[in-house]
Amino acid sequence: MSLFSIFSVAGSGMAAQSTRLNTVASNLANADSVASSPEAAYRAREPLFAAIRNQLDAGGNTTGEGVQVLGVTESQAAIPSRYEPGNPLADADGYVYASNVNPVDELVNMISASRSYQNNVEVMNSTRQLMQKTLDLGK
Amino acid sequence: MIPATNNLFGIHTQALDVWQRRTEVLANNLANADTPGYLARDLDFRKALAAAGGPTGGVALETDAPGQISSAAQAASTLAYRIPTQPSMDGNTVDAQVEQAAFAANGVHYQASLSFITAQIRMLRTAISGGQG
Repeated sequence: MSLFSIFSVAGSGMAAQSTRLNTVASNLANADSVASSPEAAYRAREPLFAAIRNQLDAGGNTTGEGVQVLGVTESQAAIPSRYEPGNPLADADGYVYASNVNPVDELVNMISASRSYQNNVEVMNSTRQLMQKTLDLGK
Repeated sequence: MIPATNNLFGIHTQALDVWQRRTEVLANNLANADTPGYLARDLDFRKALAAAGGPTGGVALETDAPGQISSAAQAASTLAYRIPTQPSMDGNTVDAQVEQAAFAANGVHYQASLSFITAQIRMLRTAISGGQG
């Protein structure tokens, strides 16, 4: 029964969105982290989504599609530097390098990810009900 | 599929199959709601039902040489790309509201087909038991 494959499709969507939520949490937690060099500074992370494209089977059905996380990319935005000579992490010139996390971007990402996650949960619930109704056929 | 069952439940077994496939396609759209460049797809119910051997279609296309259009390819061609109402910058054409509405409607249609089959089974049961059951 191909209704079963919907569980894996919705499941892949939920896994991808939870990865996204995970990166948002990591970015927000490190929004105020500082480092002693631009290379060591925290850069905002974002997952890269891609659709899984499988061949159509003989009946023209799409089997086991869904979404996958291709990888996690780091933001290339400029790293802001601050003059804080008193900071133990300051470099020889007295500068510390903060993260390039944009909290507004992260909050928008968080809302979008949680809505998409809810959509996938809804799909799974509806499919479960449809399957239950099919099993009860003729009762 | 056994032809007897086909006659018993009429078009509803094929319809159920098509609704089920459409559920799968719509679930895929929703799972890829945030994938850059993903194009939302949908199933043309009339074409899909015709490909499944429904009454709207004519005689099925027979192929005698490899490379000709097979019935599988015909079935695949019933999938079409949705025309986006609000295209986004990343090339994604999934509109979550449209997909949700289609998914809900699809579920109701699926249940309607199930009800028709249930009614048929109930009628047969009445016929078998002579209204005693």
